[in-house]
Amino acid sequence: MRSSASARVTASGGGERRAPWPLTLAAIGALLFLHVPFLIIILYAFTTDEAAYSFPPPGLTTRWFGVAFSRQDFWAALGLSLRVAGIATLFALVLGTLAAAAVSRSRFFGRDSISFLLVLPIALPGIVSGIALRSALGLLEIPFSFWTIIVGHATFCIVVVYNNVLARFRRTSHSLVEASMDLGANGFQTFRYVILPALATALLAGGMLAFALSFDEVIVTTFTAGQQQTLPIWIFSQLTRPRDRPVTNVVAVFVVLATTLPILLAHRLSQAGDE
Amino acid sequence: MQRLSTFLYRYPWLFILLLLLLPLGWMLTIYLGSLGALLVNSFFRLDDFTGQIVREFTLGTYAQLFTSANLDIVYRTTSMAVAVTLADALIAFPLAYFIARYASGRLKPILYLAVILPLWSSYLVRVYSWKLILAKEGIVSWLFSAVGLQGVLDAVLRLPSIGGPSLSVSSLGMFLAFTYIWLPYMILPIQAALERVPRSLVEASGDLGARPAQTFWRVILPLALPGVVAGSIFTFSLTLGDFIVPSALGNSSYFIGQAVLAHQGTSGNIPLAAAFTMVPIAIMAIYLLVARRLGAFDAL
Repeated sequence: MRSSASARVTASGGGERRAPWPLTLAAIGALLFLHVPFLIIILYAFTTDEAAYSFPPPGLTTRWFGVAFSRQDFWAALGLSLRVAGIATLFALVLGTLAAAAVSRSRFFGRDSISFLLVLPIALPGIVSGIALRSALGLLEIPFSFWTIIVGHATFCIVVVYNNVLARFRRTSHSLVEASMDLGANGFQTFRYVILPALATALLAGGMLAFALSFDEVIVTTFTAGQQQTLPIWIFSQLTRPRDRPVTNVVAVFVVLATTLPILLAHRLSQAGDE
Repeated sequence: MQRLSTFLYRYPWLFILLLLLLPLGWMLTIYLGSLGALLVNSFFRLDDFTGQIVREFTLGTYAQLFTSANLDIVYRTTSMAVAVTLADALIAFPLAYFIARYASGRLKPILYLAVILPLWSSYLVRVYSWKLILAKEGIVSWLFSAVGLQGVLDAVLRLPSIGGPSLSVSSLGMFLAFTYIWLPYMILPIQAALERVPRSLVEASGDLGARPAQTFWRVILPLALPGVVAGSIFTFSLTLGDFIVPSALGNSSYFIGQAVLAHQGTSGNIPLAAAFTMVPIAIMAIYLLVARRLGAFDAL
Protein backbone atom coordinates (compact mmCIF):
# COMPACT_ATOMS: atom_id res chain seq x y z
CA MET A 1 0.00 0.00 0.00
CA ARG A 2 1.13 3.50 -0.64
CA SER A 3 1.73 4.51 2.95
CA SER A 4 3.96 1.66 4.02
CA ALA A 5 5.62 1.53 0.62
CA SER A 6 7.07 4.97 1.02
CA ALA A 7 8.56 4.12 4.38
CA ARG A 8 10.07 0.86 3.32
CA VAL A 9 13.52 1.44 1.91
CA THR A 10 15.73 -1.56 1.53
CA ALA A 11 19.43 -1.00 1.48
CA SER A 12 20.87 -4.50 1.62
CA GLY A 13 23.62 -5.27 -0.84
CA GLY A 14 23.54 -7.72 -3.67
CA GLY A 15 24.42 -7.68 -7.31
CA GLU A 16 27.44 -9.91 -6.94
CA ARG A 17 26.32 -11.94 -9.96
CA ARG A 18 24.97 -10.94 -13.32
CA ALA A 19 21.27 -11.54 -13.88
CA PRO A 20 20.30 -14.10 -16.54
CA TRP A 21 19.23 -12.27 -19.67
CA PRO A 22 15.57 -13.38 -19.77
CA LEU A 23 15.16 -11.96 -16.26
CA THR A 24 16.81 -8.67 -17.24
CA LEU A 25 14.59 -8.48 -20.29
CA ALA A 26 11.41 -9.11 -18.28
CA ALA A 27 12.46 -6.51 -15.69
CA ILE A 28 13.12 -3.92 -18.40
CA GLY A 29 9.77 -4.79 -19.97
CA ALA A 30 7.97 -4.18 -16.67
CA LEU A 31 9.77 -0.86 -16.18
CA LEU A 32 8.82 0.25 -19.70
CA PHE A 33 5.22 -0.77 -19.03
CA LEU A 34 5.28 1.43 -15.92
CA HIS A 35 6.79 4.48 -17.57
CA VAL A 36 5.95 4.66 -21.30
CA PRO A 37 2.38 5.91 -20.58
CA PHE A 38 3.90 9.03 -18.99
CA LEU A 39 5.84 9.73 -22.20
CA ILE A 40 2.60 9.38 -24.16
CA ILE A 41 0.90 11.89 -21.84
CA ILE A 42 3.70 14.40 -22.38
CA LEU A 43 3.71 13.88 -26.15
CA TYR A 44 -0.05 14.43 -26.50
CA ALA A 45 0.08 17.78 -24.70
CA PHE A 46 1.88 19.08 -27.79
CA THR A 47 -0.24 17.53 -30.54
CA THR A 48 -2.03 19.75 -33.05
CA ASP A 49 -4.85 17.20 -33.27
CA GLU A 50 -7.88 18.48 -31.39
CA ALA A 51 -10.60 16.03 -32.37
CA ALA A 52 -8.94 12.63 -31.93
CA TYR A 53 -6.02 10.88 -30.26
CA SER A 54 -4.13 10.12 -33.48
CA PHE A 55 -0.66 8.64 -33.37
CA PRO A 56 1.78 9.80 -34.61
CA PRO A 57 0.58 13.37 -33.92
CA PRO A 58 -0.03 15.25 -37.19
CA GLY A 59 2.02 18.17 -35.84
CA LEU A 60 3.40 19.67 -32.65
CA THR A 61 2.43 22.94 -30.98
CA THR A 62 2.64 24.63 -27.59
CA ARG A 63 -0.51 26.65 -28.05
CA TRP A 64 -2.74 24.40 -25.92
CA PHE A 65 -0.82 25.43 -22.82
CA GLY A 66 -2.02 28.98 -23.31
CA VAL A 67 -5.56 27.83 -24.04
CA ALA A 68 -5.68 25.59 -20.96
CA PHE A 69 -4.28 28.21 -18.61
CA SER A 70 -6.82 30.78 -19.75
CA ARG A 71 -9.70 28.45 -18.88
CA GLN A 72 -11.76 29.63 -15.93
CA ASP A 73 -13.09 26.15 -15.05
CA PHE A 74 -9.52 24.81 -14.84
CA TRP A 75 -8.46 27.52 -12.36
CA ALA A 76 -11.64 27.09 -10.31
CA ALA A 77 -11.12 23.32 -10.06
CA LEU A 78 -7.42 23.74 -9.27
CA GLY A 79 -8.20 26.33 -6.59
CA LEU A 80 -10.75 24.07 -4.92
CA SER A 81 -8.36 21.11 -5.02
CA LEU A 82 -5.51 23.13 -3.51
CA ARG A 83 -7.70 24.45 -0.68
CA VAL A 84 -9.13 21.00 0.06
CA ALA A 85 -5.69 19.35 0.00
CA GLY A 86 -4.19 22.11 2.15
CA ILE A 87 -6.80 21.93 4.90
CA ALA A 88 -7.10 18.12 4.79
CA THR A 89 -3.31 17.91 5.16
CA LEU A 90 -3.39 20.19 8.22
CA PHE A 91 -6.05 17.96 9.85
CA ALA A 92 -4.03 14.86 8.96
CA LEU A 93 -0.81 16.34 10.34
CA VAL A 94 -2.35 17.09 13.73
CA LEU A 95 -4.32 13.84 14.06
CA GLY A 96 -1.61 11.61 12.59
CA THR A 97 1.13 13.07 14.80
CA LEU A 98 -0.97 12.74 17.97
CA ALA A 99 -1.73 9.10 17.17
CA ALA A 100 1.93 8.36 16.35
CA ALA A 101 3.08 10.02 19.59
CA ALA A 102 0.68 7.90 21.63
CA VAL A 103 1.59 4.65 19.90
CA SER A 104 5.35 5.27 20.02
CA ARG A 105 5.43 6.09 23.73
CA SER A 106 4.43 2.80 25.24
CA ARG A 107 2.73 -0.50 24.80
CA PHE A 108 -0.91 -0.38 25.72
CA PHE A 109 -4.04 -2.31 25.15
CA GLY A 110 -5.42 -1.98 21.62
CA ARG A 111 -2.24 -0.47 20.21
CA ASP A 112 -2.23 -2.63 17.11
CA SER A 113 -5.88 -1.91 16.42
CA ILE A 114 -5.04 1.79 16.09
CA SER A 115 -2.74 1.20 13.12
CA PHE A 116 -5.37 -1.08 11.65
CA LEU A 117 -8.15 1.48 12.12
CA LEU A 118 -6.07 4.24 10.54
CA VAL A 119 -5.11 2.21 7.48
CA LEU A 120 -8.65 0.94 6.90
CA PRO A 121 -9.83 3.92 4.77
CA ILE A 122 -7.15 3.26 2.15
CA ALA A 123 -7.06 -0.52 2.51
CA LEU A 124 -10.77 -1.08 1.85
CA PRO A 125 -11.94 -0.79 -1.76
CA GLY A 126 -12.30 2.91 -2.59
CA ILE A 127 -16.05 2.89 -3.03
CA VAL A 128 -16.55 1.49 0.48
CA SER A 129 -15.17 4.59 2.21
CA GLY A 130 -17.00 6.80 -0.27
CA ILE A 131 -20.44 5.26 0.03
CA ALA A 132 -20.01 4.91 3.82
CA LEU A 133 -19.47 8.65 4.21
CA ARG A 134 -22.31 9.27 1.75
CA SER A 135 -24.63 7.04 3.85
CA ALA A 136 -23.72 8.91 7.02
CA LEU A 137 -24.40 12.27 5.36
CA GLY A 138 -27.71 10.92 4.09
CA LEU A 139 -28.71 9.50 7.46
CA LEU A 140 -27.89 12.72 9.33
CA GLU A 141 -29.29 14.85 6.48
CA ILE A 142 -26.07 16.86 6.18
CA PRO A 143 -25.86 18.66 2.81
CA PHE A 144 -22.70 18.37 0.67
CA SER A 145 -20.20 21.16 1.13
CA PHE A 146 -16.55 22.12 1.02
CA TRP A 147 -16.21 20.62 4.49
CA THR A 148 -17.73 17.25 3.62
CA ILE A 149 -14.95 16.85 1.02
CA ILE A 150 -12.33 17.79 3.61
CA VAL A 151 -13.61 15.38 6.26
CA GLY A 152 -13.40 12.53 3.75
CA HIS A 153 -9.89 13.46 2.61
CA ALA A 154 -8.51 14.01 6.11
CA THR A 155 -9.77 10.57 7.13
CA PHE A 156 -7.68 8.69 4.56
CA CYS A 157 -4.68 11.07 4.81
CA ILE A 158 -4.09 10.51 8.55
CA VAL A 159 -2.39 7.16 8.01
CA VAL A 160 0.28 8.64 5.72
CA VAL A 161 1.39 11.19 8.32
CA TYR A 162 1.05 8.58 11.06
CA ASN A 163 3.36 6.10 9.31
CA ASN A 164 6.04 8.70 8.60
CA VAL A 165 6.00 10.23 12.07
CA LEU A 166 5.84 6.88 13.84
CA ALA A 167 8.87 5.66 11.89
CA ARG A 168 10.75 8.79 12.97
CA PHE A 169 9.71 8.43 16.63
CA ARG A 170 11.05 4.88 16.59
CA ARG A 171 14.43 6.04 15.30
CA THR A 172 14.69 9.00 17.67
CA SER A 173 16.35 7.92 20.88
CA HIS A 174 14.21 8.45 23.96
CA SER A 175 17.38 9.36 25.89
CA LEU A 176 17.31 12.75 24.12
CA VAL A 177 13.98 13.48 25.75
CA GLU A 178 15.24 12.28 29.13
CA ALA A 179 18.39 14.40 28.80
CA SER A 180 16.27 17.44 28.06
CA MET A 181 14.14 16.79 31.16
CA ASP A 182 17.26 16.18 33.27
CA LEU A 183 18.60 19.52 32.17
CA GLY A 184 15.50 21.17 33.58
CA ALA A 185 13.22 21.59 30.54
CA ASN A 186 9.55 20.92 31.15
CA GLY A 187 7.43 18.82 28.81
CA PHE A 188 6.42 21.72 26.60
CA GLN A 189 9.97 23.02 26.23
CA THR A 190 11.14 19.50 25.43
CA PHE A 191 8.45 19.26 22.78
CA ARG A 192 9.35 22.62 21.25
CA TYR A 193 13.14 22.31 21.30
CA VAL A 194 13.85 18.56 21.13
CA ILE A 195 10.92 16.57 19.74
CA LEU A 196 9.64 18.99 17.10
CA PRO A 197 13.05 19.53 15.42
CA ALA A 198 13.56 15.75 15.35
CA LEU A 199 10.18 15.30 13.68
CA ALA A 200 10.42 18.24 11.27
CA THR A 201 11.42 16.42 8.09
CA ALA A 202 9.09 13.49 8.84
CA LEU A 203 6.21 15.96 9.22
CA LEU A 204 7.17 17.65 5.97
CA ALA A 205 7.44 14.33 4.12
CA GLY A 206 4.18 13.00 5.58
CA GLY A 207 2.47 16.30 4.87
CA MET A 208 3.55 16.31 1.25
CA LEU A 209 2.45 12.72 0.70
CA ALA A 210 -0.90 13.51 2.33
CA PHE A 211 -1.21 16.56 0.09
CA ALA A 212 -0.44 14.51 -3.02
CA LEU A 213 -2.93 11.83 -1.95
CA SER A 214 -5.70 14.37 -1.39
CA PHE A 215 -4.89 16.42 -4.51
CA ASP A 216 -5.35 13.33 -6.69
CA GLU A 217 -8.27 11.63 -4.94
CA VAL A 218 -11.42 11.06 -6.96
CA ILE A 219 -13.34 8.02 -5.71
CA VAL A 220 -14.23 9.19 -2.20
CA THR A 221 -14.62 12.76 -3.48
CA THR A 222 -17.27 11.66 -5.97
CA PHE A 223 -19.46 10.62 -3.04
CA THR A 224 -18.87 13.65 -0.81
CA ALA A 225 -18.62 16.60 -3.19
CA GLY A 226 -22.13 17.09 -4.57
CA GLN A 227 -21.92 19.56 -7.45
CA GLN A 228 -18.45 20.87 -6.66
CA GLN A 229 -15.62 20.10 -9.04
CA THR A 230 -12.17 19.35 -7.72
CA LEU A 231 -9.48 18.98 -10.37
CA PRO A 232 -9.69 15.14 -10.36
CA ILE A 233 -13.46 15.34 -10.77
CA TRP A 234 -12.98 17.74 -13.68
CA ILE A 235 -10.54 15.27 -15.29
CA PHE A 236 -12.91 12.38 -14.61
CA SER A 237 -15.73 14.20 -16.41
CA GLN A 238 -13.39 14.62 -19.39
CA LEU A 239 -12.52 10.91 -19.25
CA THR A 240 -16.10 9.77 -19.63
CA ARG A 241 -17.27 12.52 -22.02
CA PRO A 242 -14.24 14.01 -23.79
CA ARG A 243 -15.10 17.53 -24.90
CA ASP A 244 -11.87 19.50 -24.56
CA ARG A 245 -9.22 16.99 -25.53
CA PRO A 246 -6.30 19.42 -26.01
CA VAL A 247 -7.05 21.16 -22.71
CA THR A 248 -7.31 17.81 -20.90
CA ASN A 249 -3.96 16.72 -22.35
CA VAL A 250 -2.27 19.83 -20.96
CA VAL A 251 -3.98 19.48 -17.57
CA ALA A 252 -2.78 15.86 -17.45
CA VAL A 253 0.86 16.94 -17.80
CA PHE A 254 0.32 19.65 -15.21
CA VAL A 255 -1.13 17.15 -12.71
CA VAL A 256 1.70 14.66 -13.27
CA LEU A 257 4.25 17.38 -12.49
CA ALA A 258 2.24 18.69 -9.53
CA THR A 259 2.10 15.23 -7.92
CA THR A 260 5.56 13.97 -8.90
CA LEU A 261 7.63 16.84 -7.53
CA PRO A 262 6.28 16.68 -3.93
CA ILE A 263 6.78 12.89 -3.97
CA LEU A 264 10.41 13.18 -5.06
CA LEU A 265 10.95 15.80 -2.38
CA ALA A 266 9.20 13.72 0.29
CA HIS A 267 11.29 10.72 -0.73
CA ARG A 268 14.50 12.72 -0.33
CA LEU A 269 13.36 14.03 3.04
CA SER A 270 12.57 10.62 4.47
CA GLN A 271 15.87 9.31 3.08
CA ALA A 272 17.70 12.15 4.81
CA GLY A 273 15.98 11.22 8.06
CA ASP A 274 17.17 7.64 7.75
CA GLU A 275 20.83 8.58 7.73
CA MET B 1 2.57 25.06 32.70
CA GLN B 2 5.28 23.48 34.79
CA ARG B 3 2.79 21.73 37.02
CA LEU B 4 0.70 20.48 34.13
CA SER B 5 3.80 19.14 32.43
CA THR B 6 4.97 17.36 35.59
CA PHE B 7 1.50 16.01 36.21
CA LEU B 8 1.34 14.49 32.72
CA TYR B 9 4.80 13.03 33.13
CA ARG B 10 3.75 11.30 36.33
CA TYR B 11 0.57 9.87 34.86
CA PRO B 12 1.68 8.57 31.45
CA TRP B 13 -1.58 6.70 30.82
CA LEU B 14 -3.49 9.97 31.16
CA PHE B 15 -1.07 11.59 28.72
CA ILE B 16 -1.59 8.81 26.19
CA LEU B 17 -5.33 9.09 26.61
CA LEU B 18 -5.14 12.83 25.89
CA LEU B 19 -2.98 12.21 22.83
CA LEU B 20 -5.41 9.64 21.50
CA LEU B 21 -8.55 11.63 22.22
CA LEU B 22 -8.63 13.56 18.94
CA PRO B 23 -7.37 11.00 16.38
CA LEU B 24 -9.23 8.08 17.89
CA GLY B 25 -12.35 10.17 18.38
CA TRP B 26 -12.18 11.23 14.72
CA MET B 27 -11.73 7.71 13.39
CA LEU B 28 -14.35 6.15 15.65
CA THR B 29 -17.09 8.70 15.09
CA ILE B 30 -16.46 9.72 11.49
CA TYR B 31 -15.06 6.58 9.94
CA LEU B 32 -16.49 3.70 11.94
CA GLY B 33 -19.65 5.78 12.34
CA SER B 34 -19.92 6.02 8.57
CA LEU B 35 -19.35 2.30 8.14
CA GLY B 36 -22.12 1.79 10.68
CA ALA B 37 -24.36 4.15 8.72
CA LEU B 38 -23.57 2.10 5.62
CA LEU B 39 -24.66 -1.10 7.33
CA VAL B 40 -27.83 0.53 8.69
CA ASN B 41 -28.72 1.95 5.29
CA SER B 42 -28.41 -1.45 3.65
CA PHE B 43 -31.34 -2.63 5.79
CA PHE B 44 -33.56 0.29 4.70
CA ARG B 45 -35.39 0.43 1.41
CA LEU B 46 -36.36 2.95 -1.22
CA ASP B 47 -40.07 3.49 -1.74
CA ASP B 48 -40.53 3.10 -5.49
CA PHE B 49 -43.48 5.49 -5.67
CA THR B 50 -42.36 8.38 -3.49
CA GLY B 51 -38.62 7.99 -4.12
CA GLN B 52 -38.07 8.40 -0.37
CA ILE B 53 -35.92 6.16 1.81
CA VAL B 54 -38.10 4.16 4.21
CA ARG B 55 -36.25 3.81 7.50
CA GLU B 56 -37.62 0.46 8.59
CA PHE B 57 -35.74 -2.79 8.93
CA THR B 58 -36.04 -4.96 5.83
CA LEU B 59 -33.99 -7.61 4.05
CA GLY B 60 -35.76 -6.72 0.82
CA THR B 61 -32.91 -4.55 -0.42
CA TYR B 62 -30.48 -7.43 -0.12
CA ALA B 63 -32.95 -9.63 -1.97
CA GLN B 64 -32.81 -7.20 -4.90
CA LEU B 65 -29.12 -8.04 -5.29
CA PHE B 66 -29.97 -11.55 -6.45
CA THR B 67 -31.30 -10.62 -9.87
CA SER B 68 -29.42 -12.07 -12.80
CA ALA B 69 -28.33 -8.60 -13.95
CA ASN B 70 -26.75 -7.87 -10.58
CA LEU B 71 -25.14 -11.30 -10.32
CA ASP B 72 -23.65 -10.63 -13.76
CA ILE B 73 -22.12 -7.42 -12.43
CA VAL B 74 -20.58 -9.26 -9.47
CA TYR B 75 -19.29 -12.04 -11.72
CA ARG B 76 -17.85 -9.58 -14.25
CA THR B 77 -16.06 -7.54 -11.59
CA THR B 78 -14.68 -10.54 -9.74
CA SER B 79 -13.35 -12.25 -12.85
CA MET B 80 -11.65 -8.99 -13.89
CA ALA B 81 -10.07 -8.78 -10.42
CA VAL B 82 -8.79 -12.35 -10.74
CA ALA B 83 -7.37 -11.78 -14.23
CA VAL B 84 -5.70 -8.51 -13.24
CA THR B 85 -4.19 -10.08 -10.12
CA LEU B 86 -2.69 -12.98 -12.09
CA ALA B 87 -1.29 -10.69 -14.78
CA ASP B 88 0.22 -8.34 -12.20
CA ALA B 89 1.88 -11.22 -10.35
CA LEU B 90 3.43 -12.46 -13.61
CA ILE B 91 4.73 -9.02 -14.63
CA ALA B 92 5.80 -7.94 -11.14
CA PHE B 93 7.76 -11.02 -10.13
CA PRO B 94 10.71 -10.69 -12.56
CA LEU B 95 11.17 -7.00 -11.77
CA ALA B 96 10.89 -7.56 -8.02
CA TYR B 97 13.32 -10.47 -8.30
CA PHE B 98 15.76 -8.38 -10.27
CA ILE B 99 15.61 -5.51 -7.76
CA ALA B 100 15.96 -7.81 -4.76
CA ARG B 101 18.69 -10.12 -6.05
CA TYR B 102 20.70 -8.46 -8.79
CA ALA B 103 20.43 -4.66 -8.55
CA SER B 104 23.66 -3.13 -7.27
CA GLY B 105 23.84 -0.69 -4.38
CA ARG B 106 23.60 2.29 -6.74
CA LEU B 107 20.90 0.91 -9.01
CA LYS B 108 18.59 -0.35 -6.26
CA PRO B 109 17.33 3.00 -4.91
CA ILE B 110 16.79 4.24 -8.46
CA LEU B 111 14.70 1.19 -9.37
CA TYR B 112 12.80 1.49 -6.11
CA LEU B 113 11.96 5.09 -6.97
CA ALA B 114 10.97 4.01 -10.49
CA VAL B 115 8.37 1.72 -8.90
CA ILE B 116 6.97 4.08 -6.27
CA LEU B 117 6.78 7.17 -8.50
CA PRO B 118 3.98 5.78 -10.70
CA LEU B 119 2.28 4.52 -7.53
CA TRP B 120 2.03 8.01 -6.10
CA SER B 121 1.60 10.10 -9.19
CA SER B 122 -1.84 10.90 -10.49
CA TYR B 123 -4.05 7.85 -10.72
CA LEU B 124 -6.54 9.59 -13.01
CA VAL B 125 -3.91 10.76 -15.44
CA ARG B 126 -2.53 7.24 -15.60
CA VAL B 127 -5.99 5.98 -16.55
CA TYR B 128 -6.27 8.80 -19.06
CA SER B 129 -2.98 7.76 -20.68
CA TRP B 130 -4.58 4.42 -21.62
CA LYS B 131 -7.40 6.24 -23.31
CA LEU B 132 -4.75 7.83 -25.54
CA ILE B 133 -2.78 4.60 -26.00
CA LEU B 134 -5.75 2.37 -26.81
CA ALA B 135 -7.75 4.78 -28.98
CA LYS B 136 -8.73 3.50 -32.42
CA GLU B 137 -6.36 6.04 -33.98
CA GLY B 138 -3.79 5.66 -31.16
CA ILE B 139 -0.34 4.14 -30.78
CA VAL B 140 -1.34 0.49 -30.31
CA SER B 141 -3.36 0.39 -33.52
CA TRP B 142 -0.56 2.23 -35.27
CA LEU B 143 2.01 -0.32 -34.08
CA PHE B 144 -0.13 -3.24 -35.19
CA SER B 145 -0.67 -1.84 -38.67
CA ALA B 146 2.99 -0.76 -38.93
CA VAL B 147 4.08 -4.39 -38.58
CA GLY B 148 1.21 -5.61 -40.74
CA LEU B 149 -0.80 -7.29 -37.99
CA GLN B 150 -3.91 -5.11 -38.17
CA GLY B 151 -5.89 -8.27 -38.92
CA VAL B 152 -4.81 -9.88 -35.63
CA LEU B 153 -5.97 -6.86 -33.61
CA ASP B 154 -9.31 -6.82 -35.45
CA ALA B 155 -9.75 -10.53 -34.82
CA VAL B 156 -9.07 -10.08 -31.10
CA LEU B 157 -11.54 -7.20 -30.93
CA ARG B 158 -14.21 -9.36 -32.60
CA LEU B 159 -13.97 -11.94 -29.78
CA PRO B 160 -17.11 -11.86 -27.66
CA SER B 161 -16.82 -10.68 -24.03
CA ILE B 162 -13.23 -9.40 -24.26
CA GLY B 163 -13.45 -7.37 -27.47
CA GLY B 164 -15.38 -4.30 -28.50
CA PRO B 165 -15.55 -1.59 -31.19
CA SER B 166 -12.01 -0.48 -30.27
CA LEU B 167 -9.46 -1.31 -27.58
CA SER B 168 -10.45 1.83 -25.69
CA VAL B 169 -13.99 0.48 -25.32
CA SER B 170 -13.36 -3.16 -24.44
CA SER B 171 -12.79 -5.54 -21.56
CA LEU B 172 -9.31 -6.17 -22.90
CA GLY B 173 -8.55 -2.44 -22.69
CA MET B 174 -9.87 -2.30 -19.11
CA PHE B 175 -7.75 -5.31 -18.24
CA LEU B 176 -4.62 -3.60 -19.59
CA ALA B 177 -5.35 -0.36 -17.75
CA PHE B 178 -6.12 -2.14 -14.45
CA THR B 179 -2.98 -4.25 -14.74
CA TYR B 180 -0.93 -1.14 -15.37
CA ILE B 181 -2.48 0.95 -12.60
CA TRP B 182 -2.07 -1.59 -9.78
CA LEU B 183 1.28 -3.11 -10.84
CA PRO B 184 3.43 -1.24 -8.25
CA TYR B 185 1.22 -2.58 -5.44
CA MET B 186 2.28 -6.07 -6.48
CA ILE B 187 5.99 -5.31 -7.03
CA LEU B 188 6.68 -3.84 -3.58
CA PRO B 189 5.49 -6.70 -1.33
CA ILE B 190 7.13 -9.32 -3.58
CA GLN B 191 10.39 -7.41 -3.48
CA ALA B 192 10.16 -7.09 0.31
CA ALA B 193 9.53 -10.84 0.66
CA LEU B 194 12.46 -11.66 -1.64
CA GLU B 195 14.78 -9.34 0.28
CA ARG B 196 14.03 -11.35 3.41
CA VAL B 197 15.09 -14.68 1.89
CA PRO B 198 18.44 -15.27 3.60
CA ARG B 199 21.33 -15.51 1.17
CA SER B 200 22.79 -18.36 3.22
CA LEU B 201 19.69 -20.44 2.48
CA VAL B 202 20.21 -20.03 -1.26
CA GLU B 203 23.89 -20.89 -0.89
CA ALA B 204 23.09 -23.91 1.25
CA SER B 205 20.70 -25.15 -1.42
CA GLY B 206 23.45 -24.82 -4.01
CA ASP B 207 25.97 -26.54 -1.74
CA LEU B 208 23.60 -29.45 -1.30
CA GLY B 209 23.64 -29.92 -5.05
CA ALA B 210 20.50 -28.12 -6.24
CA ARG B 211 20.70 -26.56 -9.67
CA PRO B 212 19.79 -22.83 -9.78
CA ALA B 213 16.36 -23.68 -11.22
CA GLN B 214 15.71 -26.16 -8.42
CA THR B 215 16.78 -23.61 -5.82
CA PHE B 216 14.38 -21.13 -7.37
CA TRP B 217 11.38 -23.45 -7.45
CA ARG B 218 11.93 -25.18 -4.12
CA VAL B 219 13.51 -22.51 -1.92
CA ILE B 220 13.02 -18.98 -3.24
CA LEU B 221 9.53 -19.19 -4.71
CA PRO B 222 7.85 -20.77 -1.64
CA LEU B 223 9.45 -18.11 0.56
CA ALA B 224 8.32 -15.32 -1.78
CA LEU B 225 4.76 -16.60 -2.02
CA PRO B 226 3.46 -14.65 1.02
CA GLY B 227 4.66 -11.50 -0.76
CA VAL B 228 2.71 -12.43 -3.87
CA VAL B 229 -0.41 -13.04 -1.78
CA ALA B 230 0.09 -9.73 0.03
CA GLY B 231 0.34 -7.92 -3.30
CA SER B 232 -2.72 -9.73 -4.58
CA ILE B 233 -4.75 -8.33 -1.68
CA PHE B 234 -4.21 -4.86 -3.11
CA THR B 235 -4.66 -5.65 -6.79
CA PHE B 236 -7.79 -7.67 -6.04
CA SER B 237 -9.37 -5.23 -3.60
CA LEU B 238 -8.58 -2.15 -5.69
CA THR B 239 -10.04 -3.71 -8.84
CA LEU B 240 -13.21 -4.72 -6.99
CA GLY B 241 -13.83 -1.19 -5.77
CA ASP B 242 -12.93 0.86 -8.82
CA PHE B 243 -15.35 2.68 -11.07
CA ILE B 244 -12.95 5.00 -12.87
CA VAL B 245 -11.40 2.49 -15.27
CA PRO B 246 -14.72 0.88 -16.27
CA SER B 247 -16.28 4.32 -16.80
CA ALA B 248 -13.34 5.51 -18.89
CA LEU B 249 -12.62 2.39 -20.95
CA GLY B 250 -15.64 0.13 -20.54
CA ASN B 251 -18.87 -0.29 -22.41
CA SER B 252 -22.36 -0.14 -20.95
CA SER B 253 -21.91 -3.29 -18.83
CA TYR B 254 -21.50 -2.16 -15.25
CA PHE B 255 -18.89 -3.04 -12.66
CA ILE B 256 -19.73 -3.09 -8.93
CA GLY B 257 -18.32 0.40 -8.39
CA GLN B 258 -20.39 1.85 -11.21
CA ALA B 259 -23.54 0.16 -9.92
CA VAL B 260 -22.98 1.64 -6.45
CA LEU B 261 -22.32 5.08 -7.93
CA ALA B 262 -25.39 4.93 -10.16
CA HIS B 263 -27.77 3.74 -7.42
CA GLN B 264 -26.76 6.42 -4.91
CA GLY B 265 -26.63 9.11 -7.60
CA THR B 266 -29.58 9.95 -9.80
CA SER B 267 -32.11 7.61 -8.20
CA GLY B 268 -30.92 8.37 -4.65
CA ASN B 269 -31.24 4.69 -3.76
CA ILE B 270 -28.65 4.71 -0.99
CA PRO B 271 -30.02 1.46 0.56
CA LEU B 272 -29.39 -0.53 -2.63
CA ALA B 273 -25.98 1.12 -3.10
CA ALA B 274 -25.13 0.20 0.50
CA ALA B 275 -26.27 -3.39 0.08
CA PHE B 276 -24.25 -3.63 -3.14
CA THR B 277 -21.15 -2.39 -1.30
CA MET B 278 -21.45 -5.34 1.09
CA VAL B 279 -20.57 -7.60 -1.85
CA PRO B 280 -16.94 -6.44 -2.27
CA ILE B 281 -16.63 -6.25 1.53
CA ALA B 282 -17.75 -9.87 1.86
CA ILE B 283 -15.49 -11.02 -0.98
CA MET B 284 -12.51 -9.21 0.57
CA ALA B 285 -13.25 -10.65 4.02
CA ILE B 286 -13.09 -14.17 2.60
CA TYR B 287 -9.99 -13.28 0.61
CA LEU B 288 -8.24 -11.89 3.68
CA LEU B 289 -9.04 -15.01 5.70
CA VAL B 290 -7.45 -17.17 3.02
CA ALA B 291 -4.50 -14.77 2.69
CA ARG B 292 -3.85 -14.95 6.40
CA ARG B 293 -3.61 -18.72 6.24
CA LEU B 294 -1.01 -18.31 3.47
CA GLY B 295 1.06 -16.04 5.72
CA ALA B 296 0.50 -12.88 3.68
CA PHE B 297 0.21 -10.57 6.69
CA ASP B 298 3.79 -11.23 7.74
CA ALA B 299 4.84 -9.96 4.32
CA LEU B 300 2.97 -6.66 4.42
